[in-house]
Amino acid sequence: MSARSDSALPDGEAEGFTVPGPRSLVWCLLAVLIAGILAPWVAQQTDLSMMWPEAWHIPIQHWITDFFKWFGNDAGIGPLKVRDITRAISAMMEVPLEVVEGLLFRGLPDWGISPLPWVVVVVGTGLLGHWLGGIRLGLFCALSGLYIAVFGLWADAMRTLAIVLVSVPVAALSGLALGIWSTRSKRAAKGLGVVFDVMQATPHMAYLVPVVVLFGFGQVPAMLATVIFAMPPMARCVILGIATVPADIIEAGRMSGSTRRQLLWKVEIPAAHQTLMLGLNQVVMQTLAMAVIASLVGASGLGQKLLFSLQQLYIGKATEQGIAIVLIAVVLDRLTQAWAYRAPHYEPEDKPWWQRHRHLLVFAGVLVVSVVLARFLPALLTLPKELTISVGKEIDSAVRWFSKNAYDYIEPTRDWITIWLLLPLRNFYLALPWPVVFLALGYAGWRLAGVQTMLLILAMVATIALAGMWEPAMMTLYLVTAAAILCVLIGVPIGIWASRSERVARGVMAACDTMQTFPSFIYLIPVIMLLKVGDLSNIVAILAYAAVPAIRFTYLGLRRVPLVTNEAARATGCTPRQRLFKVELPIAMPEIMLGINQTIMMALAMTAITALIGSRDLGQEIYKALPGADTGRGLMAGLGIAFIGIIADRLIGAWAMKRKRELGMLD
Amino acid sequence: MTDASDDVKISCRNLWKVFGEDPHGFLARHNGTPDSAAFAADDHIGAVREVSFDVRAGEILIIMGLSGSGKSTLIRCITRLIEPTAGQVLFEGQDLLTASESQLIELRRHKMGMVFQNFGLLPHRTVMSNVAFPLEVQGIGKRERWERAQEMIRLVGLEGRERNFPRELSGGQQQRVGIARSLAVAPDIWFLDEPFSALDPLIRREMQDEFLRLQQMLSKTIVFITHDFDEAVRLGDRIGIMKDGLLVQLDTPEAMVRNPANDYVAEFTKNAPRERIISAGSIMTAAPAGAAAGQGVAADTRLGDIAHRVLTSDEPVPVLGEDGAVAGVVTRQALVDALYGAQPS
Repeated sequence: MSARSDSALPDGEAEGFTVPGPRSLVWCLLAVLIAGILAPWVAQQTDLSMMWPEAWHIPIQHWITDFFKWFGNDAGIGPLKVRDITRAISAMMEVPLEVVEGLLFRGLPDWGISPLPWVVVVVGTGLLGHWLGGIRLGLFCALSGLYIAVFGLWADAMRTLAIVLVSVPVAALSGLALGIWSTRSKRAAKGLGVVFDVMQATPHMAYLVPVVVLFGFGQVPAMLATVIFAMPPMARCVILGIATVPADIIEAGRMSGSTRRQLLWKVEIPAAHQTLMLGLNQVVMQTLAMAVIASLVGASGLGQKLLFSLQQLYIGKATEQGIAIVLIAVVLDRLTQAWAYRAPHYEPEDKPWWQRHRHLLVFAGVLVVSVVLARFLPALLTLPKELTISVGKEIDSAVRWFSKNAYDYIEPTRDWITIWLLLPLRNFYLALPWPVVFLALGYAGWRLAGVQTMLLILAMVATIALAGMWEPAMMTLYLVTAAAILCVLIGVPIGIWASRSERVARGVMAACDTMQTFPSFIYLIPVIMLLKVGDLSNIVAILAYAAVPAIRFTYLGLRRVPLVTNEAARATGCTPRQRLFKVELPIAMPEIMLGINQTIMMALAMTAITALIGSRDLGQEIYKALPGADTGRGLMAGLGIAFIGIIADRLIGAWAMKRKRELGMLD
Repeated sequence: MTDASDDVKISCRNLWKVFGEDPHGFLARHNGTPDSAAFAADDHIGAVREVSFDVRAGEILIIMGLSGSGKSTLIRCITRLIEPTAGQVLFEGQDLLTASESQLIELRRHKMGMVFQNFGLLPHRTVMSNVAFPLEVQGIGKRERWERAQEMIRLVGLEGRERNFPRELSGGQQQRVGIARSLAVAPDIWFLDEPFSALDPLIRREMQDEFLRLQQMLSKTIVFITHDFDEAVRLGDRIGIMKDGLLVQLDTPEAMVRNPANDYVAEFTKNAPRERIISAGSIMTAAPAGAAAGQGVAADTRLGDIAHRVLTSDEPVPVLGEDGAVAGVVTRQALVDALYGAQPS
């Protein structure tokens, strides 16, 4: 990331263009660099180890593990055990799940209901798409459904979908409730804000461990983890949505004599509709991502199938399953977005009711016809195996062929990068003396955001060290740094390119939107296919997942440079190159830094996923904690990742805010 | 023009709104009357400072000031959309500042209507449903409230737009919806907070006419906020000018133009259309003995309407009193002085 800010540094003639904030921070960074490089040599010479001493470890992990074991098994008030409560919750969640699963693919024999014919689901999704977003969305939805059916992934896809369909309302409603509570009580807002910060910085996987301890393996724990995971973004959107309802509208509501409750339900929430719907969109996407990852705790569905395929290196099958997951993700994303942006419009009263409800009528028709026909033609109910196809074998042989021919080139490249670029970086981080890290981060926090932030940062670093996670944390940092640098090197130029042409921008932004809807798991497939396992594979997978914000924020930052400023630069006689480096990039820098911030957050989340293909970082700690339900280990590792994220977020965020204020671009 | 004996609808008594860390403590520290120096020395802002005035039944009172002068805060204190720091607001004798939340809601439901600068329409509701909203929150049945809303929509000339959504309407049309909504409960007192400021000049003019037409029919008691002196002169019976939270002068447009309280007010009145503000009665001089009442003009005739006659005829134009007798005359000199100011020769 420093590469970019350096290149934006002009000769230092104008105070307004010096970018990286206090100059002392640059010295601070330099000091860290030198310390990291010299540390091994110093250690060798003086026999003075700069590692965090073993004796200073506190067994926090064990305490947490023991606590959860006790909590899950023995805790309770009198005869009422926590275990009973968790079982009751499980049972409660299981009912709706069974109903939805029954409707989608299993049938409800108790009530004599057969599952919906797959044709109905496919046509229904298509109709929904058409109703919400027009013919193109409708076709896309229907074709996606068709793909899933034809490739024989129907039951698994419906299993995953069922988790989503049941979790989304629960997560959305709880998020709504928490959000409303936050807008009503200042204290709640403050407390929940902190909790949400930590929750959103904690990777998906870390949620699974405690849930497994309390609820065991299977669909229900997956659903609970999903609900908890997907709640904060909804609550955030509720808070944001209600806070951004124009004052005029609220005052009009109050002057109309609304009571507080009327104001909330009749004015604030409907007026915030669009933001709330975007919150719902996020809930749906998070839910799907979690439903896929929850295969690690035994949730069956597409995610589990994909996990098996990856573990056995059935790349072809994994590709088919991955495409199905991607299609579901894109369909859900586009449907909820179309719903969010659907503006109410004038409906003449004289239209007959069948015209106003024609989507519903067509669906009812298809439903009745298919259900009746399915009695005679079971292929309508579930597509028989003979009619499904798979190109998995063909993909496998193609990959094999590709590997045989291309691997001679890929392997040396990979090894060269690993040995000459990655390993030095890794060794640098591992050798970094802990006092230097403490000092540097503390100093940066103090200079950028004040004493409070400094204390917060130091407490977080200390927690990581005390919990005995120094080394995995440094490994995580190494992976994230490498990936972030690559993201910047690739993302910022793409962002600049997009900002130069409307046409390119449209294409790039559409690609970014689509890439962001993919559950992170998916990115493992091509990486394994091309690079096998190793540090570079991890980094490339992280890069693929996390580059989007770097691109998007660069583009947005450049687009937000005022037109007048640009014209003034041109009128002054700047060459395009001068304009970019002396005018546009410095002004866009706060925005770009926020993008890099996002990139780092996503990269951190992704390290937890890439642990599946091997690493020694915090993600691996979570992964290892899963089978043994070692809550302390998993949770602390998850928190460790969250802490790294929060530290990066606070520092970069503080810098960007400061800079924006200086540039007068705060809106 | 109303006169002091008319009953007072709203009465503000020493109203204060102070923003800052500890507004009440700040007021207390300065014995309830901090001056500008006190505000400058402390980290508090006096948005409304010791404002007192009465609004009489049926009058249009304009509160005028530049942005940041406290006029919007003032109207929000009167309606208690924001809580005043100190003082009294009497509405038909009842102190609004001590009214409970539910009393306040009752008052707003039946006695008050308000129009907002940016319309404040509910984007998810149709025109009809927006206008019916105040009736809906009262719990009036759908049939009745839609009938009354329809009536209001007809009143503001938006028939045929009932089922449109706000974003499908132009700015002027949207404000008509806002006006219809504020009138739906047949309020006694009508608050308008810069209702036409967001509109284009031509539309603004049209809406001002519409406003005057409605007021002629409805005779509401009105508090009208604007930053536009021309608008204030055009619509108001009396104008109050605010600066830095203080009510600098409260007077009829004519009195204000003729006797601005200070330079600040004078700055506003300087470019005012004096020929449409100053009346013949206010500049007439004693009639020479034996002046004929024939072709005299009424005392409230604006100078613009008699200027041509005064300037072109040799005789001063007689002004008639209430009894029809000659009360005085307007001379050429008086007219020119009144319109262009007495200039040292």
